Amino acid sequence: MTAIRARRLSKRYGGTTAVADLSFDVEPGRVTGFLGPNGAGKSTTMRMILGLDRPSGGSVLVDGRPYHELRHPLRKVGALLDAKAVHGGRSARNHLLAIAHSNGIPASRVNEVLETVGLREVAGRRIGGFSLGMSQRLGIAAALLGDPEILLFDEPVNGLDPDGILWIRTFMRELAAEGRTVFVSSHLMSEMAQTADHLIVIGRGSLIADTSVTEFIGRSSQGYVRVRSPRLAEVADLIKVGEPHPGHLRVTGMSTLEIGTITARAGIPLEELTYVRPSLEAAYMELTKDSLEYTS
Amino acid sequence: MKHILRSEWTKIRSVRSTVWTLTVTAALMLGFSALLNASARNTSGGPIPGDQTIMLSLTGTLLASLSMATLGVLVISSEYRTGAIRTSLMAVPKRMSLLTGKIVTFVAISLAVCTVAAAGAIGVGAAISQPPSFELGEAARSALGSGLYLTACGLFGLGLGTLVRHTPGAIVSAIALILVLPTIANQLPGEWGRTVAEHFTTNAGLLIVSGQANGSLGPWSGFAVYLAWVALAITAGAALMRHRDA
Repeated sequence: MTAIRARRLSKRYGGTTAVADLSFDVEPGRVTGFLGPNGAGKSTTMRMILGLDRPSGGSVLVDGRPYHELRHPLRKVGALLDAKAVHGGRSARNHLLAIAHSNGIPASRVNEVLETVGLREVAGRRIGGFSLGMSQRLGIAAALLGDPEILLFDEPVNGLDPDGILWIRTFMRELAAEGRTVFVSSHLMSEMAQTADHLIVIGRGSLIADTSVTEFIGRSSQGYVRVRSPRLAEVADLIKVGEPHPGHLRVTGMSTLEIGTITARAGIPLEELTYVRPSLEAAYMELTKDSLEYTS
Repeated sequence: MKHILRSEWTKIRSVRSTVWTLTVTAALMLGFSALLNASARNTSGGPIPGDQTIMLSLTGTLLASLSMATLGVLVISSEYRTGAIRTSLMAVPKRMSLLTGKIVTFVAISLAVCTVAAAGAIGVGAAISQPPSFELGEAARSALGSGLYLTACGLFGLGLGTLVRHTPGAIVSAIALILVLPTIANQLPGEWGRTVAEHFTTNAGLLIVSGQANGSLGPWSGFAVYLAWVALAITAGAALMRHRDA
């Protein structure tokens, strides 16, 4: 069963269109990255999935139903939107307890999720004093309370230190491996390259790509071979298709073996001969360059 | 609804602002009672009649209405301020159920605390002024009236908080509607002006505390009119909450 299904979803604020005619499916058992530059409409889409914002047009279903029709929504869907959007005066335990009660989740589950995210020790402390990393873990604990099949994370690694990033990344992979649906938004391509199996890319509120990560890279950009040599000018003359760069030559459309054979025949020594895989980052930049809301 | 009530109870009991506003309410009730009864006893020379003791004992209600309105505002506006409202609505997407849960929880806590505080204020007052005769029935009715009035003021705040979603804005509106505008309304000229003033928010609502009637309303009809004002604020807030993006 498709976990999240958006059909012609739109959201307009006054004259501005945040999301336009967006259709996609999010499937269980894998991490689906929701990618786009800042201001592309990712958070708005997530809020519409969760019934917080009302779509101007179209629909989005969670497990076949509109979110507000789910009886105990947290047992089906867990979400982390903004980790700092909590009442700072409450202790971590009371914060989670209030959420658990609302969906008839037993209080014992609060201790379990605190243990899972490593906040057991600070459960009694006021969350106003938590670091961003701790708040992020608390937000994840809240998302996990109902043991949901579907998980949504909005920019979960923003502002985290490398340890925290690695932890969240591993954690999302584990959740997907358990057969859950993981839908995670990010504006960082490099992050998605390491976490996601599938990508939904949007720009200016519209769908740009809905594809697997490998396909995404293959489709939109090519790799190249980097050549360095003390006699680089001679190499460039021999190869002809090389594109000169400071200190090296970039060659597209030839393999390392072909280039190596040519230079060996000419007796030119090489310092480096490397095939550079196309980067997801480059593919992403290429695809979204027309849809950047704010260009620097 | 049982789950929502447990959740709201957990929320309201676990923040300091609840403890503070309730403590201030009780302190105002007891403090004013002690102060005014002591001063009345010193100046009158003779015994103070029982009904006057009760009246003096509940003077704190006038200011306690603001601490209760503040608590009512915070029940909802603190969630909008922090963004926690989104977490609440993800857990309870039926917005009217969430609002109802907040209202019921607030009413239960407020009625219990305010009625007990009012009864305590009358007890303290009577102990100080030592009235020759004292009608327990009248004391109980007044304490309940004060508890009901303060709870209604809190609900007024809750309604305004839902409407305005901004803590200072909602508190200022509550002060205006509970304390300032009723006094100004009393200055309205003519017969028509007097009728408006008598029906205006707390001018009508306070009758249940004093147990007296003004020109057009008795204690209970006055309270009913006040509740209509409160209901107006809550209905307007609820209508916006239903349709606005969270």
